[in-house]
Amino acid sequence: MPYLAVVARHQAPFFSNVTSSQPFHSFIESGNVRTGNAESMTDKTNTGPSSNASDSTPQWRLEDEQNATLMVLSGIWQAKTGAIPVFPKDGLPKTPGGHLSFQTSGVQAWDTGLIAFLWDLKRVAHDAGISLDMQTLPGPMRQLLELLPEAPDDPVHHKAPRTPFLEAVGRHSIASMTEVGVVSELAALTAKGAVQTILRRSRMRLSDLLANTCDAGPNALLIVGIVNFLIGAILAFVGAVELQKFAAGVYVASLVGIAMVREMAAVMTAIIMAGRTGGAYAARISTMQGNEEIDALNVFGIQPSTYLILPAVLSLIITMPFLYLYGCLIGMLGGFVVSISMLDITAAGYFHQTVTSFGIGQFIFGFVKSIVFGAFIGLTSCRIGLKAGRSAADVGIAATRAVVVGIVGVIAIDAIFAVIADVLGI
Amino acid sequence: MPDQTVLSLRDVTLSFGPKIIQKNISLDVRKGSIFAVMGGSGCGKSTLLKSMIGLLRPSVGEYHVGNENYWAGTDAHRTDLNHRFGVLFQSGALWSSMTIGENIALPLQMFTDLKPPVIRRLVELKLGFVGMLQAIDLYPSEISGGMRKRAGLARALALDPDILFFDEPSAGLDPITSARLDDLILNLRDGLGATIVIVSHELSSLFHIADDGIFLDAKTKIPIAHGSPRDLRDTCTDPQVHAFMHRERDDEEGNT
Ligand SMILES: Nc1ncnc2c1ncn2[C@@H]1O[C@H](COP(=O)(O)OP(=O)(O)O)[C@@H](O)[C@H]1O
Ligand SMILES: [Mg+2]
Repeated sequence: MPYLAVVARHQAPFFSNVTSSQPFHSFIESGNVRTGNAESMTDKTNTGPSSNASDSTPQWRLEDEQNATLMVLSGIWQAKTGAIPVFPKDGLPKTPGGHLSFQTSGVQAWDTGLIAFLWDLKRVAHDAGISLDMQTLPGPMRQLLELLPEAPDDPVHHKAPRTPFLEAVGRHSIASMTEVGVVSELAALTAKGAVQTILRRSRMRLSDLLANTCDAGPNALLIVGIVNFLIGAILAFVGAVELQKFAAGVYVASLVGIAMVREMAAVMTAIIMAGRTGGAYAARISTMQGNEEIDALNVFGIQPSTYLILPAVLSLIITMPFLYLYGCLIGMLGGFVVSISMLDITAAGYFHQTVTSFGIGQFIFGFVKSIVFGAFIGLTSCRIGLKAGRSAADVGIAATRAVVVGIVGVIAIDAIFAVIADVLGI
Repeated sequence: MPDQTVLSLRDVTLSFGPKIIQKNISLDVRKGSIFAVMGGSGCGKSTLLKSMIGLLRPSVGEYHVGNENYWAGTDAHRTDLNHRFGVLFQSGALWSSMTIGENIALPLQMFTDLKPPVIRRLVELKLGFVGMLQAIDLYPSEISGGMRKRAGLARALALDPDILFFDEPSAGLDPITSARLDDLILNLRDGLGATIVIVSHELSSLFHIADDGIFLDAKTKIPIAHGSPRDLRDTCTDPQVHAFMHRERDDEEGNT
């Protein structure tokens, strides 16, 4: 039944049931409505539910009088019973200038279900050029029925145009390229905001920066610590099993040290920050978007890039290197604990091996990476928040997207760094 | 007369934690009446409404809906009682990720066994009452504030409740829409036989529609007057109520 399809696709025009040529009968609820009303049209009565039904079912009957039609209603007309009939679209003969009056004394109880039926009738009567004798309706019914339009305007609805596959691919590609441009522009604006703040021509509130930094830094210490400790421990564990075979157990320290400093501490910390801080920024900014808070900022001439994004990005740029250093240390501690308990190494030996395993260059490499990760997470999550729609679901989508883009982006950037490092020979 | 009372509060105190908002509230809402909750901004009108729809449990006092003690029963019992309520929140509170039509359909889908086409028909009807048919497939973010109010009203009517609560229904509406809304509220009361509790600042609308009411005072945190807005305007001697009722009245007479 096409109508059901309409129900499922809510963007479809709602009034298709009214305007389509499909007869109303097809969605009459109960079986006791006579649908093939050819005979009932010929004898002068057009009946609704058959008269042998129990008293409480809603029933209607049209009776012809000298110069008017009489609609006789009886039974219980309540919407929640689900038994309210639909007045057929062709239920009234086209008689311009005709009158229709009502007899409602048989109605035992009613609510808006009856009004729904009367509204059908009102629209059909309007189309047939028949005027309704509203005075014959009891006051309450009349008042409600009078609120309803007889020929409603077309609803405004969304069209979802179907795009061919290739066009869709093209559009998506262009959209992603544009997005790169937009994020770069946002980065430029934010940087400009930073410069202006330093030159004191525009301002970022230090309290915002402090609050953001506090959230991105000290409050993240526990989870960053736990994850890096476990990563260090796992590396040591895997290394120990293999290296012991070659009696090179002491090199576990080098393994853990180099892995943490070069890759793991920076990447793991960035992934955690993308999950907790990036998601939070996106959710916060998209909620502000939904409440028109961003519009309010713009009207005051407060640049969202300076007021919102700069402290967010800056706080990540400030805290990420520290979290990286902290992650390195904790990771090595994790490796140390595993090595001491599993292998035959002294604490001093482990320490010595760790210190000699990597140079300052690799430290700087990891340090720079973590700053880039921080800036990337801050910028993309804010951008995703700004771009979000205005509904509650959009906030959820924005937060999820910020986390996913953050994590995938961090790993992709890390890969790029690996290639660069290879070329430069770090 | 007492069996005609649908809602009654007895010596109710409302508070958020230690912060008392209003105390010693006693009121009776008669069946089929339009009951106004009045008072200055921030005096606790919305809070009182909140307690009447079961969102805030009074710290002291009793609340009866019909003959039932609202807070004495189980949660499930309260949910049943709540199905007698239709609420229009101050900001509309439409579910933003659904279209207007879906907003109204949701309670019907959750609490009735009606089939989708029947639900659609009822949704159409409820939107027809508030003159919002054309917006049925739009999202709340795509319509104006006044339209959101009206859509919220249509949603409040979804389950054919017999007690309606409106929090500032006409705030932010133009005079014509606001007058239309007044007529609609009267029509709903007369047509559906509903009882209506309304929070409003719009004096002209209160004088027009309300036939009982309570006036809350922000400073002393107690109700200072009971009665219909018209009576309060004409007879109440309390200076604060007098000021509230007359400032606007002068304007009104100047205009008409
Ligand atoms: N959730 C809440 N927690 C604490 N205080 C609240 C809360 N909601 C409202 N209030 C306080 O209750 C008082 C009354 O608020 P409200 O009922 O919204 O006033 P109004 O009469 O304008 O509708 C205000 O002082 C407000 O600060
Ligand atoms: Mg309020």
